[in-house]
Amino acid sequence: MKRFLILSCVFFVSGMFSLPTVAADDEIQSLRGAAGIEDESAAPVIKHWAPDQEPIERDYVQQPPLVPHSVEGYKINRKSNKCLTCHSWTRYKEAGATKISQTHFADRDENVLANIAPRRYFCDQCHVPQRDAKPRVKNTFEPVPAIHQP
Amino acid sequence: MNDKHRKDEGSASRPGGWRAFFLRPSARYSVATLVVAGVVVGVLFWGGFNWAMELSNTETFCISCHEMKVNVYEEYKDTLHYTNRTGVRATCPDCHVPKAWHHKVVRKIFATNELFHKMIGTIDTPEKFEAKRLELARVVWRTMERTDSRECRNCHDYESMDYMDQSRRAVDRHIAGFDEGETCIDCHKGIAHSLPDMHDEDPSIVIGTVAE
Repeated sequence: MKRFLILSCVFFVSGMFSLPTVAADDEIQSLRGAAGIEDESAAPVIKHWAPDQEPIERDYVQQPPLVPHSVEGYKINRKSNKCLTCHSWTRYKEAGATKISQTHFADRDENVLANIAPRRYFCDQCHVPQRDAKPRVKNTFEPVPAIHQP
Repeated sequence: MNDKHRKDEGSASRPGGWRAFFLRPSARYSVATLVVAGVVVGVLFWGGFNWAMELSNTETFCISCHEMKVNVYEEYKDTLHYTNRTGVRATCPDCHVPKAWHHKVVRKIFATNELFHKMIGTIDTPEKFEAKRLELARVVWRTMERTDSRECRNCHDYESMDYMDQSRRAVDRHIAGFDEGETCIDCHKGIAHSLPDMHDEDPSIVIGTVAE
């Protein structure tokens, strides 16, 4: 019991000294930045859709291809899928679009279905459109030479 | 000739009856009075008719029925024709009522059918509306195919399109579409309202529900 008391005292005292140091640390910020509670924080700049472009090269083998065009107002729901009006097997030639991969017709038990599998139906779960945003965290990732010639 | 003339005179001079109301000349009012009165009454009737028709050509009138307000109007508020970069808005009648007078009157006469269905409550719940959505959408699509998307072209004239300002995909499809004689609605379905279940239209663009 005595040891426990001494230990908790030590923790308490060390905590008292360390607290001001943490609070003064400028490295730690809340999500709204360094603005004071009374101040208005600056609104983030609105990122616009990247202009239409040629298909974007993959950065790694398993990467779902990125969407190289705006998808503003495109709806995907139980009743219709706007993406498929160009990317389906019956439409891709006329639309000059990439057709959806054959793998998208298989369910998780690898049964090939007559139409796109429900688990692959919601395109934008994996295929994401691009905006003019820069990466928030710098990284040094390089694609392997087999899929990307520098 | 003379016989015929006498006969006409006889029928016109016969007093009383509805024929007399139309055929017998007025003995009391001068021609000027009759003309002025006719013009005034004519202006009032004609102006009143057009005023009432224009009143039925407003968004406020359209969404005074809950069938329109809770279904199609709410969906439309999510689309580019409601809010966009330049602030030009197309309201219900801009797309659904022809601008030319005779087409407009024909549309208004057909709208009496809509009044009938309003009375018997054909689509008075969202569920009923959803069940009929494909049928209703097809009516509008067929009309727009027949009129070569006339109401779209009130604003969107392809001769005014600046292809330099359109995206690559839009340029390709527009040029190909116009060459093939396609009309706006052939591609631009569901741009202002939610699409119906499209499985019957094109099974390749939706999984489809299991038949019950």
